[in-house]
Amino acid sequence: MTGADHTPGGMGGDRTDALRGAVCQAAGVNEPLEIVGSGSKRFYGRTPAGTPLDVSGHRGVVSFEPSELVLTARAGTRLDEIESLLADQGQMLAFDPPRFGNGATLGGTVACNFSGPRRPFTGAVRDFVLGVRLINGKGEVVRFGGEVMKNVAGYDVSRLMAGAMGTLGLLLEISLKILPAPETEQTRRFELDQDAALETMCALARRPLPLSASAWLDGAMMIRLSGSETGVKAAADEIGGEPVSSTEAETFWRHLREHELEFFRSDQPLWRISVAPASCVLALPGQWLIDWGGAQRWLYTPMDSAKVRKTVAAAGGHAVVFRGGDRAGSIFHPLEGPMLRLHGRVKDAMDPHRIFNPGRMYESF
Amino acid sequence: MTSPQAIPELDARRQTVADRLAACLPADALLVHPEELAPYECDGLSAYRRSPLLVALPGSADEVRSVLTICRDLQVPVVARGAGTGLSGGARPLAEGVLLNMSRMNRILEVDVDNRLARVQPGVRNLQVSEAVASQGLYYAPDPSSQIACSVGGNVAENAGGVHCLKYGLTVHNVAAVEIATIDGDLLTLGARGPDAPGYDLLALLHGSEGLLAVVTEVTVRLLPVPRFAQVAVAAFDAVDAAGDAVARIVASGILPAGLEMMDRGCIDAVNDFLDVSYPSCEALVLCELDGTEEEVQSQLERVGRLLEETGATSIRMSGSEEERLKLWSGRKAAFPAVGRISPDYYCMDGTIPRRHLARVLNEIRRLSDHYGLPVVNVFHAGDGNMHPLILYDANREGEMETAERLGGEILEACVAVGGTITGEHGVGIEKIDQMCVQFTSEELQQFHDIKRAFDPDGLLNPGKAVPTLARCAEFGAMHVHRGELPFPELERF
Repeated sequence: MTGADHTPGGMGGDRTDALRGAVCQAAGVNEPLEIVGSGSKRFYGRTPAGTPLDVSGHRGVVSFEPSELVLTARAGTRLDEIESLLADQGQMLAFDPPRFGNGATLGGTVACNFSGPRRPFTGAVRDFVLGVRLINGKGEVVRFGGEVMKNVAGYDVSRLMAGAMGTLGLLLEISLKILPAPETEQTRRFELDQDAALETMCALARRPLPLSASAWLDGAMMIRLSGSETGVKAAADEIGGEPVSSTEAETFWRHLREHELEFFRSDQPLWRISVAPASCVLALPGQWLIDWGGAQRWLYTPMDSAKVRKTVAAAGGHAVVFRGGDRAGSIFHPLEGPMLRLHGRVKDAMDPHRIFNPGRMYESF
Repeated sequence: MTSPQAIPELDARRQTVADRLAACLPADALLVHPEELAPYECDGLSAYRRSPLLVALPGSADEVRSVLTICRDLQVPVVARGAGTGLSGGARPLAEGVLLNMSRMNRILEVDVDNRLARVQPGVRNLQVSEAVASQGLYYAPDPSSQIACSVGGNVAENAGGVHCLKYGLTVHNVAAVEIATIDGDLLTLGARGPDAPGYDLLALLHGSEGLLAVVTEVTVRLLPVPRFAQVAVAAFDAVDAAGDAVARIVASGILPAGLEMMDRGCIDAVNDFLDVSYPSCEALVLCELDGTEEEVQSQLERVGRLLEETGATSIRMSGSEEERLKLWSGRKAAFPAVGRISPDYYCMDGTIPRRHLARVLNEIRRLSDHYGLPVVNVFHAGDGNMHPLILYDANREGEMETAERLGGEILEACVAVGGTITGEHGVGIEKIDQMCVQFTSEELQQFHDIKRAFDPDGLLNPGKAVPTLARCAEFGAMHVHRGELPFPELERF
């Protein structure tokens, strides 16, 4: 454990008791709560409802063992604090989380399951969650999973929290698997149209290369390699393309992750489309940006929601209105029939009074 | 154990259930006679046997759905079984329940090379997947030691691991989607061929749920490109602490080994007696495998060699060829059969601990071993902290199996005490159900029961496994005070 001015928990505090009190009170009178960290992801999901409950004070790294690749932090801990602590040890959050704002917290990142360009090659947030401590809808403090990589005791409630948008419980602490940061990285640029880029990205992913990102925008495909000096050099020679300077590359990948590229400067609704990576170019007019080797596609389109969802569903994927649009309507791909009923029952199992972030994900729960 | 024909009520029940199921299954897909049921009396936890009411062998998801619907109507419990290789009794039948044997659903339905996916039926064997895609330069990473026999559906139910988890993850990290049949008779797809699916991550929840939430009818696994190059380093240490330190230093150095294993003296000696691998005789042996491109592996191997020297390795051997690499691994892979040869029986534990507590836990295991008078040898997935202490005993000696179980229970409690878990990859099943009471509070256990009810309101799917009732824990807690002298020893204990 380390970091010059870091003491575990010293940067923040343990607000478990106060938060639990607030949840118990809300549960007692069936009062909906909106769980708020820094607010950097309030743009996401359906319109927030409920009395805001500020969890950002519940912060601080609880434990960090570089030799075990495990870190535990309170949910209100800022991502930049965690990432600088890890960087000191040559390690990283391998899901490469976007912040979408300065104060972004670990809890919000897990609740949204937000991962960056590295995701197809390393894994999403949910893949790195080892354990959580949370307050359930009955106001009980419960812990699932733990600080070890292999753990099959009890249901995997921890990973269920990733992407649940805070609707199943109030996250208190999260234990994560950490990975070593690569020794070096190199980015190569290729002039290709979208069709050829998709094909090339999939062909590269089938080869045992140290890939760590692949994206396409405006007629250019960007491929990043990560690993040891000699390994990256050999792989770069093998794939070819035009070398991109490390400064330019670092800026590009960060701007892509944070939606700070020119592409994202639009007032139109931004669609996030999740499909199998080798899916062909989708027949929707508009501006496209391809990330995750073809599996995550960003779109600004004049087409209406029904048309977008239908086209994406036909390709076996799903579409999310990531920013903008009608936030009182369907933001996420609608659930139906038995799947919707099952979701309602899982919600009730965790939050019987339905107090946590009601309606943030789907209207009915 | 009672033979199935001896209880008239069960006979009548069997007839009723068989009549209903016969309407939706082919004639050869129902087993009802005692001699047909005998092979299904246990899974890999063979000390505990019980005959099921009957066995159904569905050939399709629709047949699974029909069986579940009928069982729900008749309120008959259902235990799903893959290849029956599980070590925790998760697929042990219930005398009053249907055993759903998934072995006929054994086809690889589709290999999608471009998306690096394979869609398979649940009865497909783990290794079969890698074999089927090898010609494409791809493989399926999770490799539990039973991979020749175990089924992919069972791997999902147990969230199976293997020796490559530190780098490549568990089953949950390598499955894109599953199709499940619910007890209500619905077929649902959890996950997607893409990176994620709308709604809650029920795909993650299903992994390791031990057949208590739904029955898996199809699995879409992720495939990886076969690494071009792999090398293994084997290092001997004259103390377990030094070996543990070497492992910690390697992991902290920024290298992510594909496999990182450790064996103690008892295990090394057993392996050396069993086959010609010539591991050095020492207190602890570390195996470190690196894979990737040739350049990547060579540069990391040099660093690993230096770290092993610095941490006091008394000898280091690097595989010079693929043949030698496989030979060096063969000893580790033969650890269980090797131990099986030095002892009539052994009981394999599966706790996982934060690795920094290794020395403390091994000392505690030694103390317990002395106290109970049974030898324990250790194999250890050192990279991810998953321990497999093997308790040696002789089931033919009166009371020795019970002693082994008590010793095992205490080892698991020692793992929980240092912040670990009672099971890393074998599952709770019936075997570790009492230790669940040690690891979880009653609120947490109740939360598990509530989640189960969301999927299975009547509690018909694999009841009595994985999650203990609160009453059982209260009883276990009471028994625990008088450890070693259980009240009512004649009663079944799980």
